[in-house]
Amino acid sequence: MAIILSAKKVIKRFGGLVAVNSVDFDIPEKSIVSIIGPNGAGKTTFFNMITGFGKIDEGEISFEGTPIHRLRPDQITNRGISRTYQNIRLFPDMTALENILVGQHLFLHSSWISAVLGTPRVRAEEQMALEEAQRLLNFVNLKGKGDMLARNLPYGAQRRLEIARALATKPKLLLLDEPSAGMNPRETEDLTEFIHRIRDDLGIAILLIEHHMRVVMGISERITVLDYGEKIAEGTPSEIQSNPRVIEAYLGRGAATEGMANAHERYSDNKTETPSQ
Amino acid sequence: MMIKKENLIWIAIKTGLLSGVIAIFLCLIGMIEVFSKRDVIEHIITLGDFILLVSAVSAGIIAARAASNPDQEKQPLKNYLAGALAGLTTGILIIAFIGLSQTINLRSVFLSASPSLFKLLTFKGGTSWIWIYPSIGLASGLLGTTLFLLPEKFRQPITRAIFITFLMALFSGLFRVIMINRAGSIAKLAKYLFGQTGLTLSGATIFFVAIIAISMFWTARSKNLQEGFSRIPKAGQTSLRVALYVLLAYVVIMLPQVSGPFIAQVVVIVSLYALMGLGLNITLGFAGLLDLGFVAFFAVGAYTVGLLTSYGIFGLQHIPFWVAVPIAVLVAMMFGAFLGLPVLGVRGDYLAIATLGFGEIVRLLAGSDFLAPFFGGPQGIIGIQKPCLGTLGEFLKVDVPRICNGIEFGGPKEIYYLAVASAILVAFIALRLQKSRLGRAWMAIREDEDVAEALGINLIQTKLLAYMLGAAFAGLGGAIFTVLVGSIFATSMQLIVSINVVALIIVGGMGSIPGVIVGAIALIGMPELLREVSEYRFLFYGAALIMMMLAKPEGLWPSQATLRELHHEDPGEDLDVASSQAKA
Repeated sequence: MAIILSAKKVIKRFGGLVAVNSVDFDIPEKSIVSIIGPNGAGKTTFFNMITGFGKIDEGEISFEGTPIHRLRPDQITNRGISRTYQNIRLFPDMTALENILVGQHLFLHSSWISAVLGTPRVRAEEQMALEEAQRLLNFVNLKGKGDMLARNLPYGAQRRLEIARALATKPKLLLLDEPSAGMNPRETEDLTEFIHRIRDDLGIAILLIEHHMRVVMGISERITVLDYGEKIAEGTPSEIQSNPRVIEAYLGRGAATEGMANAHERYSDNKTETPSQ
Repeated sequence: MMIKKENLIWIAIKTGLLSGVIAIFLCLIGMIEVFSKRDVIEHIITLGDFILLVSAVSAGIIAARAASNPDQEKQPLKNYLAGALAGLTTGILIIAFIGLSQTINLRSVFLSASPSLFKLLTFKGGTSWIWIYPSIGLASGLLGTTLFLLPEKFRQPITRAIFITFLMALFSGLFRVIMINRAGSIAKLAKYLFGQTGLTLSGATIFFVAIIAISMFWTARSKNLQEGFSRIPKAGQTSLRVALYVLLAYVVIMLPQVSGPFIAQVVVIVSLYALMGLGLNITLGFAGLLDLGFVAFFAVGAYTVGLLTSYGIFGLQHIPFWVAVPIAVLVAMMFGAFLGLPVLGVRGDYLAIATLGFGEIVRLLAGSDFLAPFFGGPQGIIGIQKPCLGTLGEFLKVDVPRICNGIEFGGPKEIYYLAVASAILVAFIALRLQKSRLGRAWMAIREDEDVAEALGINLIQTKLLAYMLGAAFAGLGGAIFTVLVGSIFATSMQLIVSINVVALIIVGGMGSIPGVIVGAIALIGMPELLREVSEYRFLFYGAALIMMMLAKPEGLWPSQATLRELHHEDPGEDLDVASSQAKA
C-alpha cells in the first residue's frame, strides 16, 4: 500500500536531551498505526514534530511525497494532517458548533469585506458550513448539543467533539493523542469502534498514541515502540507482544521472561487506575 | 450548621462597622459635602444623604442575609435583630466620627474635613445629631432587613423602582431643561415632576409607583405578551419591529435639536469612546490581544485628518474632511499592522507592556520638539476645517479656505450625527465580523492560539487583521474628534484614554458589542453628565471595576456565549445518558 507519511532519521533535541533519536517511521494509506512506549519516550514530541508544533533538528518528514517539516502548523493542516490532544484542548468558551466551524476555516473562503457586506455567496457558504458542522456533530453522536459551550460538555463528549473538530479539516491522516485517557471500559470499547468507523467510512489513516494496551492491540495494524527517543521495535501487534526488547523497556530487565500479554495486561490495568498526567 | 447567637451579633456589628467606615471615608474625601449640593428629592433628600442612607440600608441587607440560614425556615426576628444592629452600628460610628472631629482637628490631615462638612453633618450645629444618626441608622437597618425578607416578586420591583427613580433624579435637571422649552402643558409637567437639581416629591412618588406597577405587570404578563407577539402573523411582526426602529431613529435624530449642545457633546464623546471601544473589542474582546496603547490609533486618525484639512501652518493639504477620513482610516490600519508585526509572537503580559510602550511613543513623538516642524509639537495643529455637506463644486476645490454653502458640521449638535452614524455603522461592521469566519478565527486564537493554528488558521494574517481593523475604528474616532475640537494637541492622547477604553470594555462585557455601548455610556457618559461625579471619576472607576469583577465578571451586557452558558446550568448528566443511548 502507498505510504502517506514517512519520517526519515528524525532527530529532536531539547538542550542536551535527545527527545527523538533518528527515528524512521512510515504510515500506509488508510491504516491504523500506533506508537507506544513508557512515559517520556518521546511519543508526544514525535506527534508535535509531525504537526509542526516543534521543528525537527535533523532528518525529514514527508507527507504524500513532499517534505512538510519546514511548514507552519496551519500549512501542515492544509496538507491534510489533523490532530487531537492528550489533555483535551477545545475552545472552552465557544459552542460545540463553533468549535467545528473553526475546524472548517480552511474550506471557507469569504473575505472579511464580503462578510461585512453580507453577500449572497457568503451566506450560502455559511449555510453549507453549518450543515457540514451538523453532519459532523451527528457523526460523533452529539446531535442537538451544538449550542452548548464546549466546556459544559461531559468528558466523553468533549473527546468526541475534539475528534469532530479535527475531522472538520478534512484530514487524510488523523493523529489521536491518548484518546482513551480517563475513559471507563465501556467508553473505551465505544471509542475503538468509533476509530474503526472513521477509517472505514471516511478512509482516513490514523496514528494513535495510546497507553491502553487492550485498545492498542485490538485496533492497530502496525505498532511502533519508542523508548528514550529511539525506535526499539516495529511490527504487528502479535510481533510486538512477543518482542523481548519491548517487555524490557516496559518492565525492566528480568521481566522479559514473563509472558508479554500478561505483562501488558498488568501495565494497562495500572494505567486505567491512574490516567497519565 | 447552626449560626451561634454571639456569632450573629458579631457579624451584624462587623457589617455595621464596615458600612460606617465607608460612610466616614466618603465624608473625609469630600464626596458627601459635594453631593449634598444636589438633591435627589427636592428639599428632602440630597445626594449626599442618599449615599449615607444607602450605606446603612445595605448594611442592613447584608447583615440580614448573613443571619438567615438557608437550611432552616426563615426566622424574621433574628434577621431584624441583625439588620437593626448593623444599621445602629453604622449610625453610632458616624456620631463617633462627628464627636471626634469636635475634639481633634481632623483637617490637619484630611483637607475635606472642613467646618462646612461638619455643619452639614450636625444639621447646622446643635446636638440633635446625637440621636438622629443612630435612629436613622436603626430605621435603615430595619428597612434593609424588610427588603431582604420580602418575597422575590415584591423585592425586585421595589429595588428596580428605587434604582430607576434615583437615576431619574440624577438626570432630572436634563429632563427639565429639555421639557421646559416645549409647549405650555409639557413645561408645566416638567415643573411638576422635576426640580432644579432633583425630583420633586410628587415626581419621585409618581415615578416610584409607576415603575413598581410596570415592573410587576411585566413580570406577570411578559410571557403572555411574548406569546401574543409570536401569534401576530410574520408580516405584522416585521412591521411592528420596523415601527419600533423608526421610533428609535426619530428619537436619535431629534435628540440634539431638543436637548441643546451640551447633551449633544456628551453623546459625541460617548460615541467616540464607543468607536474606540468597538475597535479594542476586536483586538482584545475577540482576538484576546491586550492593547494598552490603543490611544495611538486614535492619535493617528486625528493627526492624519488634521494634517490633511488644516488651514494652519502645519496643514499639508486642504482636502475636504470626507476625503481625509478614509485616508485617516487607512493610515490607522497601516499603523495597526506596524504595531502588530513586531509583537506577533508576544503573548499575555508582555504584549500589554509592549503596546503600552507603543502608545506612549506615539504620544511623545507627536508632542516632541524633534517632530514639531511636522506635527506642531506642543502647539499642536489648529485651524482644522469643519466638514461640509455642499455642492460638488465646493467639494472639488483644493486650495484656499472653503466657504461652506451647504450644511456645515460646525458644532456638537451637527457632529452628533456624524459620530452617532459612525458608531452605528462600526457596530454593524463589528457584528458582521463577529459572526464571520474571521470572527471565529479570532475567538479561536483568544481561546487557544496553538490549537487554532493547528486547525489551519494563519496566525500572522488573522492577528494582523485584528490589529488593523481595531486600529481603523479608533482612527475613525480620532478623525471625528479632530473636527469636534477643531485642533489637536498631543496632550489629549494620554495613557488614561487607553485605560478608559479597556475599563469600558471590561465593565460592558468582554467581546460583547452592545456591552461596549453600555460600558461607554456608564463609564464615560454618566461622569460627563454629572459634574459632581466627574470630580470623583477615578474613585468611581475603581469601585465600578472592583464591583464588576466581584459581582458580575461577565460585564453589564455579556456576549452571547456567556449568556448561553448561563442558560445551560448543569447539562452534564442528561447528555451522558443521551449519548450512551444513541450508541446502544
